[in-house]
Amino acid sequence: MHVRAVDIVKTFTASSSRPALDGVSLDVKSGELMGLLGPSGSGKTTLLRIIAGLDIPDSGSIFFGGEDASQKSVQERRVGFVFQNYALFKHLTIADNIAFGLEVRSRELRPPKAEIRRRALELLDLVQLTGLEKRRPAQLSGGQRQRVALARALAVEPRVLLLDEPFGALDAKVRRDLRGWLREIHQRTGHTTTFVTHDQDEALELSDRVAVLNGGRIEQVGTPDEIYDQPATPFVNGFIGEATPIEAHIEAGYVYIGAHQLRIESKAGTSGKGRLFVRPQDIVIGDSQPDSLQAQIVAVRRNGATRRAEIEIPAHAGRVEIETHSSVSVRAGDSVPIQFVRGTFFLDGEGAPA
Amino acid sequence: MSETLADWAEARPVTIEGRTKAHVKTRSPVTGEGPVLAGVLIAIAVIFLLLFLVLPLAVVFYEAFAKGVGAYFSALSTPDARSAIWLTLTVAAIAVPLNILFGLAAAWAIAKFRFPGKSFLITLIDLPFSVSPVVAGLIYVLLFGAQGLLGPWLKAHDIEIIFAVPGIVLATVFVTFPFVARELIALMEDQGTGDEEVALSLGATGFTAFLRVTLPNIKWALLYGVLLCNARAMGEFGAVSVVSGHIRGKTNTMPLHVEILYNEYNVAAAFAVASLLALLALVTLVLKTVLESRFGDELPGKSRRH
Repeated sequence: MHVRAVDIVKTFTASSSRPALDGVSLDVKSGELMGLLGPSGSGKTTLLRIIAGLDIPDSGSIFFGGEDASQKSVQERRVGFVFQNYALFKHLTIADNIAFGLEVRSRELRPPKAEIRRRALELLDLVQLTGLEKRRPAQLSGGQRQRVALARALAVEPRVLLLDEPFGALDAKVRRDLRGWLREIHQRTGHTTTFVTHDQDEALELSDRVAVLNGGRIEQVGTPDEIYDQPATPFVNGFIGEATPIEAHIEAGYVYIGAHQLRIESKAGTSGKGRLFVRPQDIVIGDSQPDSLQAQIVAVRRNGATRRAEIEIPAHAGRVEIETHSSVSVRAGDSVPIQFVRGTFFLDGEGAPA
Repeated sequence: MSETLADWAEARPVTIEGRTKAHVKTRSPVTGEGPVLAGVLIAIAVIFLLLFLVLPLAVVFYEAFAKGVGAYFSALSTPDARSAIWLTLTVAAIAVPLNILFGLAAAWAIAKFRFPGKSFLITLIDLPFSVSPVVAGLIYVLLFGAQGLLGPWLKAHDIEIIFAVPGIVLATVFVTFPFVARELIALMEDQGTGDEEVALSLGATGFTAFLRVTLPNIKWALLYGVLLCNARAMGEFGAVSVVSGHIRGKTNTMPLHVEILYNEYNVAAAFAVASLLALLALVTLVLKTVLESRFGDELPGKSRRH
């Protein structure tokens, strides 16, 4: 089911200073797994709830396929919504939780009891919790509860699956496992799925496409590759991949830091001041070459297979973080030649302020 | 202040080292009073409880049976006593369900929705707790009494409220209104609207969501509120006394009947009826304790206990 949000505006009366969503439009293609990524307060959960019909926008429309769903109630939209805290019904068994959506149907639409039970058990198999149907939610781990919540949402055969921070409350190992598992379920069931996350790794790894939100607006929509390699705005650049902004300017299409010309070209314009966003991987320590810049290493940390070094460079006030392989020996206090191999330049005033 | 703290920190280890091990053990590490002081404090509390709570309760039953079991039961089976018991049960049977309904509706509105005037409504719900019951009774007399605002109209239509059962029910409903509502508001605000939203997103209608999700979530708190509401409904004296008119065999509830008997120096009979109310209190107390110990986590925060 192709889902479209058009020009959604939503203001909460409590924080009337700024709308939670400020004219957001989003296209989720049929069968697509779309990630809504953004910091807290960016409006991503609000957008998800508006698509579901749990919140009502001040203006704008929601389309499910060709049909305008804006005036439809939550029940009529038939979405599967998985809530952040799972919200399992604690007075019901796992099987009854999953069957809830079928049990509450009006008599003429409700499948027979045996059929409901069969469907619940089948979904329990799908989420790999076979045999736990008689347990209560309190007896399950966080990861298991998350799976039950998903099975319960799938039971109503939703047209769209919406997940709010699906792995937010789980520990790192369980998160990783569940990511792969959710991807697999998505491939098997083919539901059009939108999920909300503040975790960029999660968004990039899981999604077919990612929408980056900030301050109630969509900054960029694209595949994980596009988002990572061609960030459209300073915000996306700063939010994805731990980039550090460095004051710089361009002349004749080349980027300069201070008087030093880098080998980085920019299409942002022909001349002017701005900021160069560099990720820790974009700077390498190397042999001294004509275009090398001399940097002072301030601190070094071990980070898994790599080392992270904080360096100071001339003509930039703050520190810049760079990543090196653990075999490269760097010590605090060293002065080393560095080269900028990549970086994204934005002229001042371009895009939303990061 | 900082000086005192520093002194204390310095002096403290010395004091502890200076004591025998056994002595340190009997001393509570947090509050720090010695066994003698602790004993005195406990004794004061126990004596106070015995004197002001247990003794009066014992006296009720002692006096009730002072003239023997036969006298006890005959006092309870006089027509006036039976009518008072019957009226009390009737009033509770009307007032409690009404307050379950009002309480549920008010708690639902307050806990699940945002609307202007919400905090005013919460204050209003607590009004019966802060108004003297006698005043509550008077309000109804002024409204529905013969000289009251609606008196002439009621008389013209032959409707009796004051000095009749409807007045007693109204006064009781007013006085017991907050019990159910307050229990539920605290719990429902705590639980939020998450479960209901899930139910709706799964296709349930509002009413189905209420029956299948909200009600199971609040059932113990509801029972708890009903218990307190019922105890108060049966025991209410002030408000009911003002509106009832004390017509024997017609508008006398048990508490009113106790007073009349006592004023007539019929002590044994007064205490016999009183013993029923005391028994109700004890049963309520036991049920309340059972609910709190078994389902404490499904009741609102302990700090809001009455």
